[in-house]
Amino acid sequence: MNVVAPFEGIGASVRRKEDFRFLQGRGAYTDDFNRQGQLHAWIVRSPHAHARIRGVDTAAAAKMPGVVAVFTGADMAKDALGGLPCGWQIHNKDGSPMAEPPHPVMAAEKVRHVGDPVAVAIAATREQARDAAEAVIVDYEVLPAAATMEAALKPGAPVIHDGVANNLCYDWHIGDKAVLDQAFAGAAKVVSLDLVNNRLIPNAMEPRAALGEFDRTTGEYTLHTTSQNPHVIRLLMGANVLHIPESKLRVVAPDVGGGFGSKIYHYAEEAIVTWSAGKLARPVKWTADRTESFMSDAHGRDHVSKAELALDANGKILGLRVHTYANMGAYLSTFAPCVPTYLYATLLAGTYTTPVIYCEVKAVFTNTVPVDAYRGAGRPEATFLLERLMDVAAKETGIDRIELRRRNFIQPDQFPYQTPVALQYDSGNYQATLDQALAAADWAGFEARRAEAARQGKLRGIGCSTYLEACGIAPSAVVGSLGARAGLYEVGTIRVHPTGSVTVLTGAHSHGQGHETTFAQLVADKLGVPVSQVDIVHGDTAKVPFGMGTYGSRSLAVGGSAMMKAMDKIIAKGKRIAAHLMEASVDDIEFDRGTFRVAGTDKTKALVDISVAAYVPHNYPIDELEPGLEETAFYDPKNFTYPGGCHIAEVEIDPDTGKVSMVNFTAVDDVGRVINPMIVEGQVQGGIAQGIGQALLETCIYDADGQLLSGSMMDYTMPRADDLPPVGVATHTTLCTHNPLGVKGCGEVGAIGSPPAVINAVVDALRDYGVRTLDMPATPAKIWQIINGGRRQAAE
Amino acid sequence: MYDFAYHKPATVADAVKLLADPDAKAISGGHTLLPALKHRLNKPSALVDLSGIAELKGIRKVGNAIVIGALTRHVEVATSAEVKAAIPALAYMADHIGDVQVRNRGTMGGSVSNNDPAADYPAAVLGLGATIHTSSRKIAADDFFLGMFTTALEPSEILTAIEFPIPEKAGYAKMKNPASRYVMAGVFVAKTAGGVRVAVNGAGPCVFRQADMEAALAANWSVDAVAGVKQAADDLNSDIHGSAEYRAHLVTVMAKRAVAAAG
Repeated sequence: MNVVAPFEGIGASVRRKEDFRFLQGRGAYTDDFNRQGQLHAWIVRSPHAHARIRGVDTAAAAKMPGVVAVFTGADMAKDALGGLPCGWQIHNKDGSPMAEPPHPVMAAEKVRHVGDPVAVAIAATREQARDAAEAVIVDYEVLPAAATMEAALKPGAPVIHDGVANNLCYDWHIGDKAVLDQAFAGAAKVVSLDLVNNRLIPNAMEPRAALGEFDRTTGEYTLHTTSQNPHVIRLLMGANVLHIPESKLRVVAPDVGGGFGSKIYHYAEEAIVTWSAGKLARPVKWTADRTESFMSDAHGRDHVSKAELALDANGKILGLRVHTYANMGAYLSTFAPCVPTYLYATLLAGTYTTPVIYCEVKAVFTNTVPVDAYRGAGRPEATFLLERLMDVAAKETGIDRIELRRRNFIQPDQFPYQTPVALQYDSGNYQATLDQALAAADWAGFEARRAEAARQGKLRGIGCSTYLEACGIAPSAVVGSLGARAGLYEVGTIRVHPTGSVTVLTGAHSHGQGHETTFAQLVADKLGVPVSQVDIVHGDTAKVPFGMGTYGSRSLAVGGSAMMKAMDKIIAKGKRIAAHLMEASVDDIEFDRGTFRVAGTDKTKALVDISVAAYVPHNYPIDELEPGLEETAFYDPKNFTYPGGCHIAEVEIDPDTGKVSMVNFTAVDDVGRVINPMIVEGQVQGGIAQGIGQALLETCIYDADGQLLSGSMMDYTMPRADDLPPVGVATHTTLCTHNPLGVKGCGEVGAIGSPPAVINAVVDALRDYGVRTLDMPATPAKIWQIINGGRRQAAE
Repeated sequence: MYDFAYHKPATVADAVKLLADPDAKAISGGHTLLPALKHRLNKPSALVDLSGIAELKGIRKVGNAIVIGALTRHVEVATSAEVKAAIPALAYMADHIGDVQVRNRGTMGGSVSNNDPAADYPAAVLGLGATIHTSSRKIAADDFFLGMFTTALEPSEILTAIEFPIPEKAGYAKMKNPASRYVMAGVFVAKTAGGVRVAVNGAGPCVFRQADMEAALAANWSVDAVAGVKQAADDLNSDIHGSAEYRAHLVTVMAKRAVAAAG
């Protein structure tokens, strides 16, 4: 009998297998790979936000020590390469497609943001490449820049892309405007709120890197890159940019040190090193330094919105109207257009029964780094808007903010619940997560803590958000109809080896999430193979079937489901082999965690007996069944999954300095079935750290000329350990109804639910100062200004 | 970084000779210079590493003063029994510079010679009325800090030690820049034999003395005495982290806290 002890299956907090190498510094990241004859690339980047390139003089640079080549945008243009493609097409209100201007790998005619690549110097060492890059003389005609959406939309604004009128990428909407207007006409109360969702710079711990190789004997290219989705990069770069057949292009994303969305996209440097490696027939490596990361990794968020909520006399929501401007930056990054539309406006019902919603989104080009999905992607923007609006509505209707939420919650018996903005929620229990969080945070005891803080001269506040999000974006046919230029399924292969150990090939990619453990637990649970004998292979297009990668908290819900399907096939085939070996009917074979049994008897075969028979088919139903025990399944979800829950933040403000301290944070999340509670807790805590970062600390600032003022850790405030409070994480499970695991996803809930909870708490702390709202981040200087202004108000 | 020659002299005299090259730079802990070199913001012909010069090390009590060698690391000041006993505010300051890594490598001489407006030590040097010992002379603190990243040191002159008179009482408080954790506004207060001294760092382009607060504290050493003294915002720094007005406000807040800390 095959016993799994200690229990390592679903629900066990198995220690992370991958940490043995990570904690010993033995991970293998892209920059750790070095090849014989390898050259180093340094990118020449634009110092200007907007300029015409009159000429690029590479003569001096090319003669410098160690330099092998200096390539410019014009050199790439000569090879008739494609530009960096966009993977999602949005249509305007009038049905016409969005403006989709070219995105050259290296700019040849114009630069459009500080950091835009212009040339690449390739030399024997990184320092020599950098020396040469400094010697490249670019003759710029500096043009006026539009560094903000406001500047880009003004009449007479600089034209960033020829043929893109008013710098407008698209003007999109969702919902029924006429019905909404009727709802507003009949409202007892309309609450209006202007919001800014601050621009963020992702800052994964590992900067981006890329190593391109070309094998002259086979004509094969290999790219090692810091990617969350190597197959997507292979497809986009091979088909759209470099025109290399996918069979001649291998993309490897080895250990990757954090992504948070910023490593989804196909970046210029990947194409530059791969193309250069081909031209020079030598490996070419590029590794970003932190300064380059700030000006070349896709940024996140950056919305300006106006929201209006119509309520009846009892506080029941009648309708929601939203107008949003979304910054795209200078070019369309890979998935940028879908973030402020289908990942944002479709979430505006939240956890509430709002009967009608209309949302209009204008996407704007600016002379800034491209903006794309960042942990949460659209859903944090929707959640921040909605959960701030609920608090303001509570204040202005005089209804308690918890009570107002309860009155509008979708009830547990209303699932499946169809929202007015396209989504159909399958399951949830928002009352339960709220109640559990209120108890865990001792909401009822808050006023006593506030009074105690007041005695110490501190302003204490509490705030909550009862959020909902959508993960595992799918099904492919639906997203295709909405403009996606890709499928959104996932693939899993289960390879049972002759001696019974298992290798799993997955198209999902782990860059910190702990997949090697969580996925192994699925196999342990279903096939009864110990976690130590299950190895997860990911991140290599030469090893794994075509998969879509990791983002949108999809790995378990979509990738895990593919593995479950593949294991079902393994079990089905195993039963036929077992039936043969035990001379029973296949219908009489039962399977449970590694053991095949003839029902009602003590006749059993272990999985290893079956795998041996499958690979050494001496006694085998060879006429009916092929040898081997390896199955692949593709899983295309029927629907999104809908995690939700309640986050409660408690803050204390020092009124003398304006500094906000997080004193407590409570999260009760419904992420569906929990496979590894320890990993879920870590994921939620990490997301909350980023959410608190957005709410209190982080913001990307450009000056009017498009220079990046927050261009380093000296000025961009990343959260540090002492900025974060004790975080209580708990789960309350309702199962996803449409995937085999019942899982919903946990990677983004922290970053989605927490920012409005924190800001609601800050506004609550400032309740004596007449503060209606404030924009993130709540920095000390901003809070001091409010307090100072509030005091002046009181004095007048 | 760009290429440079590297020298590691054993004596101050040899170091001074090497620094006769106007493009050479002295380095001790390297916590400011190394990042600048990595960013290629600085292109010295040579680095003169002072870390091998024994005479620049050590903390000793001389009469009614604590003399701290230029190469003394922040962690050594923070944990020195002599400093803690004589000038606890200085040990406290050292213990709150940057983070553990910075405190383990950064040196007092490096910090004071660099005179970053957002550094900590200049406030203690000016606030305590310390005397700067160099390879060729002694300079009073009041004459040493000339402006942003500018001191009275000649190009080839090396700060060798700082002599801190032991005050009757002293205190330090600062508000950190949320991103860099450098000083956004800090105040060092001291009641010394020579009178009350108040030095402000972080808020302006260079550490400076706050005469109104000194007068208020001389008349009445108490938190309330400085609470009513407003710092003018006119010449203070203003950036994405806070306006000059905010920093001016913080100067008063930090002065109150510094006095409270001094007791």
